[in-house]
Amino acid sequence: MSTTDSYASSRETTEGRVYSVTGGDWDSLVTEIGATKEERVVVNMGPQHPSTHGVLRLVLELEGETVTEARSGIGYLHTGIEKNAEYRTWTQGVTFVTRMDYLAPLFNEAAYCLGVEKLLGITNDVPERASVIRVMMMEFNRISSHMVALGTGALELGALSPMIFAFREREKVLDIFEMISGLRMNMAYIRPGGVAQDLPVGAVTRIRETVKDLRESFKDNAKMLIGNTIWMKRTQGIGYLDLAGCTTLGVTGPVLRSAGLPWDLRKVQPYSGYENYNFDVITTDTCDVYGRFLIKMLELEESLRIIEQACDKLDSLEGAPVMVADKKIAWPSQLSVGSDGMGNSLDHIREIMGSSMESLIHHFKLVTEGFRVPVGQVYTAVESPRGETGVHLISDGGTRPYRVHFREPSFNNLQSLSAMCEGSFIADVVAAVASIDPVMGGVDR
Amino acid sequence: MFGATGSGDTSGFGGLVRAQATAGSSERPYGSYFDDLADDLERAYPDFADAIERVVVDRGELTLFIKRARLEEVARILRDTPSLRFEMCLGVNGVHYPDEVGRELHAVYPLLSITNNRRVRLEVAMPDSDPHLPSLVEVWAGNNWHERETYDMFGIIFDGHPGLTRILMPDDWPGHPQRKDYPLGGIPIEYKGATVPAPSERRTYR
Repeated sequence: MSTTDSYASSRETTEGRVYSVTGGDWDSLVTEIGATKEERVVVNMGPQHPSTHGVLRLVLELEGETVTEARSGIGYLHTGIEKNAEYRTWTQGVTFVTRMDYLAPLFNEAAYCLGVEKLLGITNDVPERASVIRVMMMEFNRISSHMVALGTGALELGALSPMIFAFREREKVLDIFEMISGLRMNMAYIRPGGVAQDLPVGAVTRIRETVKDLRESFKDNAKMLIGNTIWMKRTQGIGYLDLAGCTTLGVTGPVLRSAGLPWDLRKVQPYSGYENYNFDVITTDTCDVYGRFLIKMLELEESLRIIEQACDKLDSLEGAPVMVADKKIAWPSQLSVGSDGMGNSLDHIREIMGSSMESLIHHFKLVTEGFRVPVGQVYTAVESPRGETGVHLISDGGTRPYRVHFREPSFNNLQSLSAMCEGSFIADVVAAVASIDPVMGGVDR
Repeated sequence: MFGATGSGDTSGFGGLVRAQATAGSSERPYGSYFDDLADDLERAYPDFADAIERVVVDRGELTLFIKRARLEEVARILRDTPSLRFEMCLGVNGVHYPDEVGRELHAVYPLLSITNNRRVRLEVAMPDSDPHLPSLVEVWAGNNWHERETYDMFGIIFDGHPGLTRILMPDDWPGHPQRKDYPLGGIPIEYKGATVPAPSERRTYR
């Protein structure tokens, strides 16, 4: 190995060789720029930058402090989930798609499962209790996702305390997820035909307590940020994208609602029984980062309202099934949460290993081979925290998907970054990225 | 399974034969808002019969199969006609059907009308030997990245796209991973002191 490096000189000391890295490169760059009399600098922000939300790379052309051109480079987290899903059964697909947008796993699962159910033609056979549990879990997930968006968004603009509060609240939601599914994220809890297992004993009581607790603690962040002069100066009028910009760029979710359009798939194209819940669609007409922040803040309360109504429904649906009755689709095992996470219930193990050979065969066939899905294609969409999560599913009649494609809102919305940032200061790029709230797991899939 | 050919199934359960859905076109009435939509499109677009290969209504969703040369015209009509007004295109998705000779590659566009709260799907087929499609970035700017992704994954070339480069895979990646002839795994990647195992084909329940 050579010991000479143009950017790092070295010398021997009693403790060994010491390298000192000097900015020789920078000096020559400055001289070079001085000679051309140009003030343009191209800066690479990311992919390993704390305020670019994961591995997002931004290529910014600067003129002084002003961004003249902003381009995003993505693909650093591409994991080939869509390709992998083609090699696994329809049920196993849930385990893949839950890992796309890892802050909103339940929305990926729900969109995917609604698609599989539509292909199977069993949309109306999904038990009501399963739909109510889905809605409740999705709304909790919306809270936990918005909490990360608000917390990290504030952190990136220099406000440290909101992040502490936001993650405290998120933790409470994750505890609920852990209680119900055994996992804190990537739960694969929603399955084609229903949900993986019923709520544990006493879950509804604990959910009600958590809702009360969350409603109180949301006030901390609201007090901290709403109306805060510094916060408003950093967010108002920043990252402007109006309605025409949103529609032509296909932008949905809080960004679209911040342009004043009350477009929320839960209201306009309800699924999983959302038409039976009372809640409001929050909009602002500011088209800026502050508006999007405010929408997320106020959607928290709407989510809590939906969860409360779901709890009432769950009380009246106590003991009802959570999976379709069709034994050719529903997995035979009743899963349960044990001390080491989710697994087969002991009763089921006892049955297949001890008393019923037929159950064992049925279990084996359905779990290894999977069920067959009739030929066709569907597109289903749900309103995720970031916008329309759409799933395009194609079946060739086999036990595995022919094609799974996710229309990820993060992927689509990130395109609008150039429109939001060009002409603004470099510091505002961070605010704009935070308001789009991209999750790179979803962007790159 | 385990090297067996055929289904390898002896129980009879796995050999369940389901009726294959016909890919043929649907007949009127289509039901729901689909008749209105088709009428409006026919009125606004006199070449309807020539441009649209077939109309399929399946599972409550409307799919219009469009000749690729007419794609951009139809897209503009769908966007601009007041009674149709599909303001949003939710991207484009490629599908590879290697068995459909002469129509191996499909591009699927889910459209959304906020004004009328309606959805429609456009589908265009093209041969593998000539994978060209007009770009719709001029019509819906948001299709930019979606078309790049479809190019990246399927090799469909969108003519007129402002910068058709790979988006998810590395720039110098050979091949288009979502095609059916592209294996899962077994692609040589540079590792230090490790080799890439051949793709596993053990579990193929078909």
